[in-house]
Amino acid sequence: MSQAEAVEQGGAIEGAGKAGKVREAREARKVSPLWTFGLLRSELLTTFRRWRTLALLAVLAAVPILVGIAVKIETGDGGSTGGGGPQGGGPAFISQITNNGLFLVFTALAATLPFFLPMAIGVIAGDAIAGEANAGTLRYLLVAPAGRTRLLLTKYATTMAFCLVATLVVAVSALTVGALLFPLGDLTTISGTRISFAEGLGRALLIALVVAASLIGVAALGLFVSTLTNSGIAAMATTVGLLITIQILDQIPQLHAIQPYFFSHYWLSFADLMREPVYWDDLVKNLGIQALYAAVFGSAAWARFTAKDVTA
Amino acid sequence: MEELPAAEADGAGPAGPVDQAGLAGPTDQVGPVGLADRTGQAGDLADTVIATRALTKRYRGGQLAVDGLDLTVPAGSVFGFLGPNGSGKTTTIRMLMGLIEPTAGTARVLGQPMPRAARAVLPHVGALIEGPALYGFLSGRDNLIRYDAADPTADPRTRRTRVATALDRVGLTAAGGKKAKAYSLGMKQRLGLAAALLQPRRLLVLDEPTNGLDPQGMREIRALIRELASDGTTVFLSSHLLDEIEQVCTHAAVMAQGRLITQGAVADLAAGTRGRLVVTTPDTGDAARVLKEQGAGDVVITDDRVTAEQPPDRDLADVNAALVTAGVRVRGFGVERASLEDAFVALTGEGFDVAG
Ligand SMILES: Nc1ncnc2c1ncn2[C@@H]1O[C@H](COP(=O)(O)OP(=O)(O)OP(=O)(O)O)[C@@H](O)[C@H]1O
Ligand SMILES: [Mg+2]
Repeated sequence: MSQAEAVEQGGAIEGAGKAGKVREAREARKVSPLWTFGLLRSELLTTFRRWRTLALLAVLAAVPILVGIAVKIETGDGGSTGGGGPQGGGPAFISQITNNGLFLVFTALAATLPFFLPMAIGVIAGDAIAGEANAGTLRYLLVAPAGRTRLLLTKYATTMAFCLVATLVVAVSALTVGALLFPLGDLTTISGTRISFAEGLGRALLIALVVAASLIGVAALGLFVSTLTNSGIAAMATTVGLLITIQILDQIPQLHAIQPYFFSHYWLSFADLMREPVYWDDLVKNLGIQALYAAVFGSAAWARFTAKDVTA
Repeated sequence: MEELPAAEADGAGPAGPVDQAGLAGPTDQVGPVGLADRTGQAGDLADTVIATRALTKRYRGGQLAVDGLDLTVPAGSVFGFLGPNGSGKTTTIRMLMGLIEPTAGTARVLGQPMPRAARAVLPHVGALIEGPALYGFLSGRDNLIRYDAADPTADPRTRRTRVATALDRVGLTAAGGKKAKAYSLGMKQRLGLAAALLQPRRLLVLDEPTNGLDPQGMREIRALIRELASDGTTVFLSSHLLDEIEQVCTHAAVMAQGRLITQGAVADLAAGTRGRLVVTTPDTGDAARVLKEQGAGDVVITDDRVTAEQPPDRDLADVNAALVTAGVRVRGFGVERASLEDAFVALTGEGFDVAG
């Protein structure tokens, strides 16, 4: 082997040997199936190193801080906190924060799930393909060749990773603020039973995972919108616009027949994880709706993207 | 055609006579698709690297951008792809790279059909299409790392070395750590070229590669292209700089309004247009009269130069002798070779306006 290399190098000194060397390099190219994940790694690094991504995460991290401080100030005045979570759907987690900082996690998730979290997902998902097309980098990824299906799957996986990271950022920020400002300890479930702090922490993690999974539908929708246009801004705006529209329609009583098919309809069902025993019906419906959206809009995105003329 | 099975069987050596690459049909002579990529040799059997047949693209707006293109790019050539603005060069390249679907016709790159075989073909192709496109928020080096990671056949263990080599080849080593949004036009262009050179390639497709480069940069790129060509890489190059094409290309094709006007060896293209006789003299009037007497047509006087078409049946030495005999003081006498530019203008017309 080393002899062969020596011969090869000797040959390379003469011009004639060069072509042989290039050919050698081409033929020697063995491909490992693992390399295909290089794109996912690159995508994750690229996404999470962007200033914009970090800004979105910073905004999400700020929400629990603001809620925590607001609750602290209000109770510091001696008044009691008003009951009822935001959006009416959330149970009275907020009134329990002063007794147990862990409730700030539930409150923060209930506060960010209707708008801040899906908006952040809409930005990331909407920009996924359209942003690359807009910058022209899409054509170079495709001739690399990233492969259209592979690229789309990578983008979707990255968006879902962002869903998870964004939710965890809210949860961890809330837990930190809750621990700093309020006491921690055993807690009372919605059903009135007591559970230990450790189990409460476990439920909080489970809730965070369910909240992250609740965003799968928006992510798929955003990705589909992203394949329709070459403007990242337009895709982001459309996705966020759809999100707001759906949220509004979900409040109109006359539409109750179709509301169960809105991706946001069962979002606040995560609170059912704080019941004893856990009430699964709406949780399952929520996950079902998310899977349905992922399947429908994922397929639509795939059909569109694999047939699309990339001229940008 | 009949030697082909044998050539395929032993998997080496050139297949058949070179001129079998002829203009019309024989693109189908390339062997089975799967085989071609696995061995990396069967592609070398084909003597054409790009072959299109009746390739046509009508954009969604109805614009017929490429119209029945039959392009044949021989292996090992440096192929210049010329044409006025809007003549369909970039559209052709997009179809060859599988970015857009042809409306009609077929394209084969490295012996395999595009866009169907894109995943097998494109790792062997480096491309610069309509200028570079970069992630402004990443450094030049990280841009290359990202593009390399997108290629599933690129070995991550050698990634950093290959990126460093590519940066070095285009003279960007010192600027590799700088954010790409802070790059100048020429630096971006160089980085785009570096991305095309991340792996040893069998084909390089370069759409106006020297756009925005400084003179040193252009020279470097020309030298680079020659070097790559001598290593056996086929280079397909679109450019408006005809000097450049003339300097580096062995073959060329000219497009106008989506149609192929001509293709062939560069020497043949320029030779199609005859050079002009040029006499430098203070006695321009006399010189013009003598040239006309000698049978030269289209005599033009500019300052101290008289130019004319070469007389068809006379030795130029006799023409010179006649001038001297007539008392014309000749400072310079010679034939100005027709440039590719002359040939290009002759083929595509003088008109400046872009066809709609
Ligand atoms: N995305 C598109 N949609 C519709 N028409 C297009 C599109 N891209 C190009 N065209 C049209 O197709 C024709 C060919 O364009 P193309 O970009 O291929 O020209 P070109 O030869 O590369 O020109 P240039 O020398 O200016 O780069 C033009 O008439 C152009 O208007
Ligand atoms: Mg062009």
